[in-house]
Amino acid sequence: MAVLPMQRITICALKKDRKKILEQLQRRGVIEIDMNLTEDNIFRKNDVSAAITVLNKNIATAKEALQILDSYVPIKKSMLGALNGRLEITPEEYDKFSLKHTSVENTTNKICMLVKQISEQKAEILKLKATWEMLYAWTTLDIPMNFSGTKYTSGFIGTLPNIWDLDSIYALLAEQMPINVDIISASREQTCIFVLCVKEKAQIVSEKLRAAGFSYASSTIDKAPAKQREDLENQIKQAENNITKAISKIETLVAQREDIRFFVDYETIRAEKYNVINQLSQSKNTFIMTGYIPEKEKSIIETELSSNFELALEFEQPKENEDVPVKLENNGFSAPLEGIVESYSLPGKSEIDPTTVMSLFYYMLFGLMLSDAVYGAVITLGCAFGLFFYRNKLENSMRNTLKMFFFCGISTVFWGVMFGSYLGDIVDVVSSTYFGKVLTIPPFWFFPVKEPMRMLVFAMLIGIIHLFSGLGMKLYQLFKQKDYKAIIYDVVFWYVLIFGCILKLLSMKMFADILGLKFILPSLIGNIAGIIAVVAAVGIITTNGRESKNPFKRFLKGLYALYGITGYLSDVLSYSRLLALGLATGVIASVINKMASMTSSLSIIGVVLFIIILLLGHTLNIGINLLGAYVHTNRLQYVEFFGKFYSGGSRKFNPFSVKTKYYKFKEE
Amino acid sequence: MENLGIVFALLGAALAALLAGCGSAIGVGMGGQAAAGVITEDPSKFGKVLILQLLPGTQGIYGLLIAFITLSQIGVLGGSAVISTAKGLLYLAACLPMAIVGYTSAIRQAKASVASIAVVAKRPEQFGKSMIFPAMVETYAILALLISILSIMGINGLAV
Repeated sequence: MAVLPMQRITICALKKDRKKILEQLQRRGVIEIDMNLTEDNIFRKNDVSAAITVLNKNIATAKEALQILDSYVPIKKSMLGALNGRLEITPEEYDKFSLKHTSVENTTNKICMLVKQISEQKAEILKLKATWEMLYAWTTLDIPMNFSGTKYTSGFIGTLPNIWDLDSIYALLAEQMPINVDIISASREQTCIFVLCVKEKAQIVSEKLRAAGFSYASSTIDKAPAKQREDLENQIKQAENNITKAISKIETLVAQREDIRFFVDYETIRAEKYNVINQLSQSKNTFIMTGYIPEKEKSIIETELSSNFELALEFEQPKENEDVPVKLENNGFSAPLEGIVESYSLPGKSEIDPTTVMSLFYYMLFGLMLSDAVYGAVITLGCAFGLFFYRNKLENSMRNTLKMFFFCGISTVFWGVMFGSYLGDIVDVVSSTYFGKVLTIPPFWFFPVKEPMRMLVFAMLIGIIHLFSGLGMKLYQLFKQKDYKAIIYDVVFWYVLIFGCILKLLSMKMFADILGLKFILPSLIGNIAGIIAVVAAVGIITTNGRESKNPFKRFLKGLYALYGITGYLSDVLSYSRLLALGLATGVIASVINKMASMTSSLSIIGVVLFIIILLLGHTLNIGINLLGAYVHTNRLQYVEFFGKFYSGGSRKFNPFSVKTKYYKFKEE
Repeated sequence: MENLGIVFALLGAALAALLAGCGSAIGVGMGGQAAAGVITEDPSKFGKVLILQLLPGTQGIYGLLIAFITLSQIGVLGGSAVISTAKGLLYLAACLPMAIVGYTSAIRQAKASVASIAVVAKRPEQFGKSMIFPAMVETYAILALLISILSIMGINGLAV
């Protein structure tokens, strides 16, 4: 219902209890640590950032290991998996984990190492394959590549550029006979040759060959190329084997996935704790911590701590200039919308929590925009299914989202019935297509498609009520701040002015005609209302510039404030989106129905097609209009409603707590 | 020449669906490009950027809505499709706000959407606020829709 009042808590305890106290506070998760103490000779901060670094490294390694496991052995995800929240564990299980800690840490390191090995082996295979391919040209050479000659002969193994045939090579070396030339292989790029000559001619042969562009095949391996290729093949196989082995090792480690997840959480919890220790003021035997605590949690913490430990507790009101964090609390009906308020901004100092009032309008506006009984029922049932069957597993944020759409769905059903929309005009279409008789479920109130003007007037009426509630919130806020002058100047004058203007308009025949109203106020009331409105306008002009001393400036500022009435006009017009979005749902639904009914000439196949088109079409329509309703309801709240009284600006209460990803502590 | 009424009316309906649809197609396309860029960096933002991408898509739907209402009013979807030239021109005029404002506002809204996607990329917690900027532009499409609907509904009863 409101912003929770916060208190500053200061705890002074013995250092030997530090671990236990911190763990207990962390599991409770109700204190935001905010140290405002200065260091002196006795109380100092203890630097544990080295430990935090280690923890963060462990977390990073474990997360990487999990990613690796997920990529080798993917987890099957079910459609409703998102509804399963974190698994629950007891504090005892948590404490027991410290025994496994080292082994899991080793496992994570091992997984990361195995992956490193795999990539190394893959690189090795690439290298080996390159050599293997290079040697292909030499396969028919039956002597080792590093052969340089015998006692009396010299050998040259290497390549000549482009294609050469035996004749041209012999011709090149004709003067150096006796000589033996073998062409090992020839391609367009190069010719691989083996030349053997007597030792005395080696020098000249070498020079001649070089002149022709000869280059030595640089190899130091004492094996024939064919044999060498065989060896390479074996090595490649070996590397591939290593990879498979590493992969299967990783796959066997999958059994420890849960342990690794636990490890991530365990280390996250510890890192959070060490972060707090880093901030504590510690003396030789004691430590002091201070922070914010919601007032209502005070007594629990007090009894819990003082019954288990020897310590001194102190509570005090936060000072005026402190930046106190904000936590909202609302009943089950409004709480789901705290997230919407939060994503605008949390209430600033001296502002009230708008969630409760907003929730009434939020659900109503949402329902008006979607306004189809069947769509609403689908949403409501879907959310109810999740809320009921997963009630023990849902995370809070998911539960709130489901609850929000549950209430939005109910409101949608209500307005759908009021406006006679069931999948658009499905009853008419089915009855006229298949039974030859037009049946219509009459709306409880009226068809907006048939009477758009009436719907428009209704939308604007809702708008005026919404805006006036916003002004009312401002009044309440000013009342709490005891700024009574501002209540008259900034709220009451505006109420009177706008109310007067509306009455005046309602007494004009032209206006009543436009809106199609059946009644018209007597002109006397209209005239009186007009005079009152003018008085209020004069009041606004004279008072709304009150912060300026200069009377001329004050008048101009007041005049500018009065110009704000155009703002009210556009605000009210803005609610015409209720009509537009409501019609959009209904009309698109009937377009889908119409398309589906065109299949009626195809007998049985026609019925199947009819159902398929309906299913696809209406699913799409729900999607589009759900998005539209969500966005525009938010807009009406943020811009029109909040614009009247709310600016926000506080920071969120961020308690020292267990912020895990996979597991959570069982609530006692 | 007496049959021109239906031609003009259908032209109006077609223009509403056509121009507003084009605007939304361009707009959603722009949003999609920006959103895809964000996804390469952080796939977990998919839900948020998708919503922002779809925001300029509503104009196309409004255009469809106007086109559909017009078609059913002038009897193209069954019934007698005989209306006077003057009425046909009136329908054409009634469709124009949605057609033109729909086209322009979808593209402008898409520009706001792209900027908002950039906001979400850097500061995902500001999603609520960033959603409002494109929604502001949509107001004018809604106002145009309103005038188009009211005119089309009103023309039927006129004695011309």
